[in-house]
Amino acid sequence: MSTNLSNLLYLITIVTFVLALRFLSSPAHARRGNQIGAVGMLVAIVVTWIKTGGTSWWALTIGMLVGGGFGALAARRVKMTAMPQMVALFNGVGGGAAALISLAELHRILPEPGSPKVDISLAIVLSALIGSISFAGSMIAFAKLQELIGGRPITYAGQQFVNAALFLACVAAGLALVSGAQHEWLLWALAGGAALFGILFVLPIGGADMPVVISLLNAFTGLAAAATGFELQSNVLIVSGMLVGASGTLLTLMMGRAMNRSITNVLFGAFGQVTASAAAVAAGDGGSVRSATAEDVAVMLAYAHKVVFVPGYGLAVAQAQHDVRQLADLLEGKGVEVSYAIHPVAGRMPGHMNVLLAEANVPYPQLKEMDEANPEFSRTDVAVVVGANDVVNPDARSNQGSPIYGMPILNVDEANAVVVLKRSMNPGFAGIENPLFYNPKTVMLFGDAKASVDQLIADVKNL
Amino acid sequence: MSHNTLLVFEVTILVLAIFLGVEVISKVPALLHTPLMSGTNAIHGIVIVGAMLMLGLPHKGPFEWIVGFVAVVLASANVVGGFVVTDRMLEMFKKRERSPKE
Repeated sequence: MSTNLSNLLYLITIVTFVLALRFLSSPAHARRGNQIGAVGMLVAIVVTWIKTGGTSWWALTIGMLVGGGFGALAARRVKMTAMPQMVALFNGVGGGAAALISLAELHRILPEPGSPKVDISLAIVLSALIGSISFAGSMIAFAKLQELIGGRPITYAGQQFVNAALFLACVAAGLALVSGAQHEWLLWALAGGAALFGILFVLPIGGADMPVVISLLNAFTGLAAAATGFELQSNVLIVSGMLVGASGTLLTLMMGRAMNRSITNVLFGAFGQVTASAAAVAAGDGGSVRSATAEDVAVMLAYAHKVVFVPGYGLAVAQAQHDVRQLADLLEGKGVEVSYAIHPVAGRMPGHMNVLLAEANVPYPQLKEMDEANPEFSRTDVAVVVGANDVVNPDARSNQGSPIYGMPILNVDEANAVVVLKRSMNPGFAGIENPLFYNPKTVMLFGDAKASVDQLIADVKNL
Repeated sequence: MSHNTLLVFEVTILVLAIFLGVEVISKVPALLHTPLMSGTNAIHGIVIVGAMLMLGLPHKGPFEWIVGFVAVVLASANVVGGFVVTDRMLEMFKKRERSPKE
């Protein structure tokens, strides 16, 4: 296949990717967009296959079957609640692939006479650097979300200094390579150092901020792919990689804005540490926690006029969305007005909760976004918080010492009564105390969200 | 085309791609942030092209061979996993569109 023909066919791929991004921005066409993108990817793979002219075709086949098979299996098997870490995992392997290609490319061109062209070695350095950071950082994000390691931030004295020194060492190795040093080990050291930096960089970030971090690393992998495109002089890699790099960066900023957090604060703030001041305030609030039985709560719900459910990650973990819908239907049958208040970052990623409730066929008009739900709470008899914590923490509104101060929250404490379904008094994912639980209006119903909701259904039926 | 002419051309399309990438997703609602992230994650699986070119080189030593193979495996996982995960997320929205009529 001539280079011109293959480049024209690659242009089809580029166009499908642009259309995919455009369609993914609207709920009605999003799925179609993703399918268009997949077709474009298939075109690129077939064209590349033909370009290689049958060299090592069996190795290509085995490689694609192994990788694709693993990807398909993992993506099919994973529960909806575990989607975020899957995205992290697939993002990481993409970054790893980009870094490996640059190692192989340097190895290939170094024996050639003369030093490599500056732009080529710059591209090799960048894709090794960014790809390695993305790979290692994504693996840590995966491990945190999968709870292989603790979700709490891990910090130590001088951390920022160590990270900065490590990063500068990588940059120095990169500059040496770009200015003509012909040592392969320099690139290996750079890739290794960048991987270590990726690990150290993500470790201090709390689990609740992981979606923003994954989004940022996603943009990184896009940039690494674009750099790979400069190495191999491939337009489709340059354009597609940069599309992801640019849109991923914008998406990261938008996610940060949805949480009212700046990106620097997310990345360097070691958010979610139980800071002395916040802990002190929580203890000062003191007060006692009232716990109730399912029967008490069932009575409260059945004789209310208006009930608002506030779902959180606990609902997702317990897979209680279907049960909550049953309870809501039952209450509606008794003439109670029911709605759901959805915080933009409820669950572990923006939009996560909408996906889960849609799966349970919750009627669309009952789902209220935060701006729509908040004015309603003062007219609400009972707000039922199912496994949510940080998104209903009044400290975000009133306690300047709290790490989440300024984050928009659902004002459930304005309701006449609040019922919190929770496994235990452990602090939430962000690891901070919640004064809502000590509010005299609040009663706690301890236990697994699904079991508690099922008990409520039984008790409401028996009334 | 000389190396420098090609380089200028590549930098040109790189810069245009930045603007296109920002422009094309500027109006995405919060509820689609997660699927969009997952969708872009699938798209950068395009590194598979680079991995295939590396493994498909006619005269390569054992080093390029092994590294190219591992890169193909990783990039394939990125491509297939990325698109399938996104599709599963968006499958949920389809149900949601139907529900108001129920």
